[in-house]
Amino acid sequence: MLAWTIYISFAGALVEALLPKKKPELARIFALLIAAAGFAIAIAGFASGMGHGRTTITDVVWVPSMGIHYMLAADGISRVLVLLTGLAATAGVLFSWNIERRANEFFAFFLALIGGVYGVFLSFDLFLLFVFYEIAIVPKYFLIAIWGSTRREYAAMKLALYSFVGSAMVLIALLAAYAASGSHSTTLDALAHAGLSPHFQLWAFPLTFVGFGILAGLWPFHTWAPTGHVAAPTAASMVLAGVIMKLGAYGCLRVAMGLFPHGMDPWGFSLLGVGSWRDVFAILAVIGILYGALVALVQTDFKFVIGYSSVSHMGFVLLGLMTLNQIGLTGAVLQMYSHGVIAGLLFAIVGRVVYDRTHTRQFGELEHMHLLRRLPFAAWAFLIAGMASMGLPGFSGFVAELQVLVGSWHATPWWTVAAGVGIVVGVAYTWRALQRAFFTDLRPTAEDHPATGWHDLGAITWPEIAGFSLLTAATLLIGVYPRILLDAIEPAVKTFLAAGGAQ
Amino acid sequence: MNYQEFYPALFRVMLPETALEVAALIVLVVDLAFLRKAALNVRTGIASLLGIAGCLAGLWLMQGQGVTTFSVDGTTGTTLLVTGGYTAVAQIAILILTAFTLVLLLDSRFTRHVGEYVAIVLMSATGGLIICGAQDLLVIFVGLELLSLGLYVITAFAKRSGKSAEGALKYYLFGGMSAAFLLFGFSYLYGFAGSTNLQEVFAAVVAPSVASSPLLYVALVAVAAGLGFKVAAFPFHLWAPDAYEGAPAPAAAFIASVSKVASFALLITITMNVQSPRWGLLLLILAAASMFAGNLAALAQVSVRRLLAYSAIAHAGYMLLALAYLSDRSRSALLYYILTYALTTIGAFGVVGVVERAMGTDRFDGFLGLNKRNPLLAAVLLVLFLSLAGIPPLVGFWAKFNLFATVLAVGGGVVPFTLVALAVGFSAVSLYYYLQVLKRVYVMAPTDENRINVDPVVTLVLVLIAAAVVVLGCFPALPQSWIDTVGKTL
Repeated sequence: MLAWTIYISFAGALVEALLPKKKPELARIFALLIAAAGFAIAIAGFASGMGHGRTTITDVVWVPSMGIHYMLAADGISRVLVLLTGLAATAGVLFSWNIERRANEFFAFFLALIGGVYGVFLSFDLFLLFVFYEIAIVPKYFLIAIWGSTRREYAAMKLALYSFVGSAMVLIALLAAYAASGSHSTTLDALAHAGLSPHFQLWAFPLTFVGFGILAGLWPFHTWAPTGHVAAPTAASMVLAGVIMKLGAYGCLRVAMGLFPHGMDPWGFSLLGVGSWRDVFAILAVIGILYGALVALVQTDFKFVIGYSSVSHMGFVLLGLMTLNQIGLTGAVLQMYSHGVIAGLLFAIVGRVVYDRTHTRQFGELEHMHLLRRLPFAAWAFLIAGMASMGLPGFSGFVAELQVLVGSWHATPWWTVAAGVGIVVGVAYTWRALQRAFFTDLRPTAEDHPATGWHDLGAITWPEIAGFSLLTAATLLIGVYPRILLDAIEPAVKTFLAAGGAQ
Repeated sequence: MNYQEFYPALFRVMLPETALEVAALIVLVVDLAFLRKAALNVRTGIASLLGIAGCLAGLWLMQGQGVTTFSVDGTTGTTLLVTGGYTAVAQIAILILTAFTLVLLLDSRFTRHVGEYVAIVLMSATGGLIICGAQDLLVIFVGLELLSLGLYVITAFAKRSGKSAEGALKYYLFGGMSAAFLLFGFSYLYGFAGSTNLQEVFAAVVAPSVASSPLLYVALVAVAAGLGFKVAAFPFHLWAPDAYEGAPAPAAAFIASVSKVASFALLITITMNVQSPRWGLLLLILAAASMFAGNLAALAQVSVRRLLAYSAIAHAGYMLLALAYLSDRSRSALLYYILTYALTTIGAFGVVGVVERAMGTDRFDGFLGLNKRNPLLAAVLLVLFLSLAGIPPLVGFWAKFNLFATVLAVGGGVVPFTLVALAVGFSAVSLYYYLQVLKRVYVMAPTDENRINVDPVVTLVLVLIAAAVVVLGCFPALPQSWIDTVGKTL
């Protein structure tokens, strides 16, 4: 059943491309239908898959001569991420309700992107996974280059090239693993049991991890993320931060760690306490957490704050992966979901609710606009989203980051201390943004008094309220009752660890 | 010599070639004798229709041909030509691709001498068919010259264009030079073996006295230079950008596709026979150099035709890499690659030709706003360029994956791995320059919003090519099994 999320998204993209150009209303309603249908299927698939472990959806031989299978399956991790994709897609369409220019093309690219993302999360053949992974690159480029803002062509090209270089690294490892395993089959199971030599895994692992990690915002390969997020139109930033970065993290988990577990073995010597690729990537993750948070603290552009905060939050995912224990990995997957929802919410408020009305994101100018009075909805919505982002109890981020920290405490306490500092800085940059954009101390002067110069910012529309409610409900629900997702994630992580995902 | 067997055998083995030659003559006669007063577009239509009919007749005649060999004494003695098997794969491809390039003629206005143009294209394609099946140094040379002479002429066919003449002259001078190199190399090989038959030549070359001879190096390098010119491998590529830029669009499409397929088919035949590791080393050097030079030079281009020329050099590099590790498996992967690449390139030149006719330039700026001016054409270009860049699920990605996977499977070790890694890395580079064109088509603001009208038949063929690129990409096993079936049984 879950496979239909892929098919309807691609079919929807095709239909969108053929819809009449002059009717944006039709295009967005159709896109909403498709996205909502995908979300509904994802929910149904999630509910029916509860307690079933991994289920195979389809498995047919695709290219017999090369042993490539068209194999779609879902375990707890996939189901959670498919659910997240459906959520982000629906909210993304709701927050792009004001797209008028080339609307049908916009939603065609958007749905194609979403289809590719669903595909990655459901593929259990390495080759198929790679195909879907690359399908997602091109729509991103056009979404940003055509409908984006600040330096959009530069940012779009940067993102496309970073993604493509990352996938080239993955492809090299894929080809090598395929050849080294005897070229019989490319299913993940077959490759995992092919007995690839530890020596081989020791270089294939970092290659794949960095290749996917580029898209997950792994420091120092994260630089596409802030520019890309900022330049992208709202729906694209939401999906970019919400699910595309998760594609990278998912690839790190499923492919790099799943296929090359021995790549994380100690090298046999240690340099300044770094004795394995695992240490290397954990340290990079911690640096990402701190660096992202500190840089977010000094930004003058509202959206850059959110962009860098994504790098910081994704650091928790990567740190959780490198703990290699049950609680850390569970936390990492939950953090993927949590950050997907919260980042989507933050980008929606900054990009759609604020920027599309004020046409500026500079704190210096926002300070003079008295947005608390003129856009109270935006102010309170950002307060809620900001609390979720800081990891306050009651929101999903709290559960996720806590688990990652507990997991990493078991692994190496020092990482945890550093990451904890990152959380504190996270509180600081969120408060700073909240205060400078909305709760400023400045009194209205004569110049910006309503009677003289305030142009009308426009009322809050129903799609914005609907999208906000959807995402807030999604983070609150999991924050209050995380068992819904944990019951799916924990058995899958256990199986993963038992299968050799870590020693 | 038994003449009663000789001529029937020759005729049987040359059936498709004969069909093309007959078609060429018919085109000439019809155009010159009956259509002197007719309008140009009528003459163009009839000429390309007759040419396509000739290609189809060739295809039809190939059906009953089966695996045959033709020798000096008819059926016995040393082999001159073969048909069937992998030869048939390349020949079928040449006939189909020639027909496609003839369709492109419908939308171009570069000459009034359409009859001559079609006839020369058909004769050139005949040369291509011959070298696919040639097993003898002399037959190879004759076929190669027949192919090349036609190419020089059609490059120069736009008589009012200075670039066309310049491109043709460069092509011709380099071509003459490389033919001399090839003959020189062949003469040494003949000297070693006392025979012009490929198998005998390369069997003789293995003998220890010859294998260690420095003259063998000279011979192989000369042959590699001659054939490297045909496939536009670095450093024998200098003609390619000018010829691609100057030639009329259908002619450029022909050069980039049919001539490439034929030359690679010939390279496959030769490489299958050569037992010398030095040959493999030569191919590796050419491959690495071509990947480097083609991809890096393409980054700096502002003309789409020159971009396609440099990307052709890069693609030739990937294919030479597979050629250096040739086995039964990589042979079919290589054929897969060259066939799908040729098809994609024809489509790309088709779009370039249309845009060029409307804008008078093939510079990047001519493509501004193509999405508004003809969305269908823009979509075709999007599919074709992304396929050339190797984005799944388009066929270009499968071709690359298949090729690289077989290289790793056949030649295990550090060298093939490094080169494959390099090639994959360069694919990422190539995305940049393909996106430079697509950016103008889709992203940047148009300077001119008038619709570009295209001949419906040309549109249909271009859409068909793009659809084939998508469908074959979704079902990549189809062409592969076709190549293997035809290659092994016919």
